[in-house]
Amino acid sequence: MRALTWHGKHDVRVDTVDDPEILNPRDAIIKVTSTAICGSDLHLYDGYIPTMQAGDILGHEFMGEVVETGSDSTLQKGQRVVVPFTIACGSCFHCGKHQYSACDNGNPADNQDIAREMYGQPMSGLFGYSHMTGGYAGGQAEYVRVPFSDVGPIVIPDGIEDDKVLFLSDILPTGWQAAEFAQIEPGDTVAVWGCGPVGLFAVQSAFLMGAERVIAIDHFPRRLELARRFGAETINFEETKTYEALMEMTGGIGPDACIDAVGLEAHGLFVDNVVEQIKASTFLGTDRTHAIRQAIHACRKGGRVSMPAVYGGFVDKFPLGAFMEKGLTLKTGQTHVQHYLPGLLNAIIEGKIDTTFLISHRLPLEQAAEGYKLFHDQQNEATKIVLKPGLDRIAA
Amino acid sequence: MSADTQTEWPDEAPLTTSKNSDSAKIAGEALVEPKGNSLSGTTVTINRPRAELFAYWRELSNLARFMENVVSIEQVNGRQSRWVVKAPAGKTVGWTSVITEESEGDFIAWASEDGADVPNSGRVDFRDAPGGRGTWVTATILYDPPGGVLGKIIAKMFQREPAIQARRDLRRFKQLMETGEIATAAWTRAQLEEEIA
Repeated sequence: MRALTWHGKHDVRVDTVDDPEILNPRDAIIKVTSTAICGSDLHLYDGYIPTMQAGDILGHEFMGEVVETGSDSTLQKGQRVVVPFTIACGSCFHCGKHQYSACDNGNPADNQDIAREMYGQPMSGLFGYSHMTGGYAGGQAEYVRVPFSDVGPIVIPDGIEDDKVLFLSDILPTGWQAAEFAQIEPGDTVAVWGCGPVGLFAVQSAFLMGAERVIAIDHFPRRLELARRFGAETINFEETKTYEALMEMTGGIGPDACIDAVGLEAHGLFVDNVVEQIKASTFLGTDRTHAIRQAIHACRKGGRVSMPAVYGGFVDKFPLGAFMEKGLTLKTGQTHVQHYLPGLLNAIIEGKIDTTFLISHRLPLEQAAEGYKLFHDQQNEATKIVLKPGLDRIAA
Repeated sequence: MSADTQTEWPDEAPLTTSKNSDSAKIAGEALVEPKGNSLSGTTVTINRPRAELFAYWRELSNLARFMENVVSIEQVNGRQSRWVVKAPAGKTVGWTSVITEESEGDFIAWASEDGADVPNSGRVDFRDAPGGRGTWVTATILYDPPGGVLGKIIAKMFQREPAIQARRDLRRFKQLMETGEIATAAWTRAQLEEEIA
């Protein structure tokens, strides 16, 4: 099959690799029809994620058609499914509590040692995201082996096109969980840092959960425009003093809940020295910690901070004093995708949530490497790139 | 370890987590038949009933399914079994193991017989996990690393060190018991076979 493989910094290629096979009873093989490049894939592209190996197949946002099933899979050939990026078994203690991204068994035993060293306990496996999270082959490929196919993938009814449901795989549930973690109450003003896909979905979700106002913060005009389309007021932090604006826009109180979506759900598990490297060398790095500090600083007394943005290592100068003195609550974590799928699929079918606005480019899988470059170089225009195996080549 | 030896200690923590260098000796005395002086212990919570886990483990040939470095376990009789285990640099080591004590559903203790390549002894305890969370399975192993300290370092480099191996094997046992399979990131049968080899 053809697949997008990683070979090093800014070196991804579409190669021919072996087709996947059923290896465990609960497996299924999915023929990919749509797969997206995630903001967090850019961290792999930029070479910041440790435990990558040359030839690794990337991609954790994908959907497709079931073409083969193991003896214990509950899927049937021909069904269309969206696959969660988190690989969860459904039978351990954590899965029982619907904490799917904390699954004990999704990550192969030998790989769990790295995360155990870094975090105390290993997290679930993820598709196409380094060997610390399992080393699973990802979805930017023609076919994928999907473990625990009786628990993860959600079957999509006929007549609903891929573009409407593809983002159930990661960024829609991630934005939704971020809003849920903000524990929104009627009348609340919610501030969202970062208008990437997760931030934009968090804006939509916050309104659905009863927020009276949402204030979206970014510096890309096109992304702020998308937030405005959903009813958010905006702050362009390059033009405006964010903290001062938030205080004035909330009558001196501060936002009731603050969502840090600047990390763009980088599932990345940075070791501290890598974080330091990023901090020292790129704008993104310094901005990442800046967003959570600013969110805590601006949040009203007794308010809530929700952090879908991923921080994998250690952070300097965390404002613990402000956090304690104001009595804030912080909720965070990788997304428990499986938990949110049925409800969010219904919301899409009922037309309450639209995700198609996000897609700026559709490319054939064969042009995936061009897609990475485009997504990396043009963050204002390229809001989301979807790859479709079999699509005709598009002139650059 | 019995309750009265425990009271001599400053806390309720397992000896395998002790900073005291005598801990292995003391743990060994608590074991039925001490063999070896390097102590390791690891506990995993498995969301299955105690009796089921004990029964699976007691069928010793089952162990090769999740103990990655075990080449074969041949049951000689009810108490004795012959083990062949992978060692660094493509070699294997072997020993005959004897069940020295057991209690149905609670624990199994073993010791290697004289002449073992890697003298070892230990016990596997099965306890009800608090809060109805299934079963705590604790493996406590005493062993003499091949080639002493140097052997231990080499084994660690090749990830055949018993403490690391025990933790990974228990994770695989948990995966098998909770999910019915052992997680792998391989995507072809050839890759899976290479991984297991």
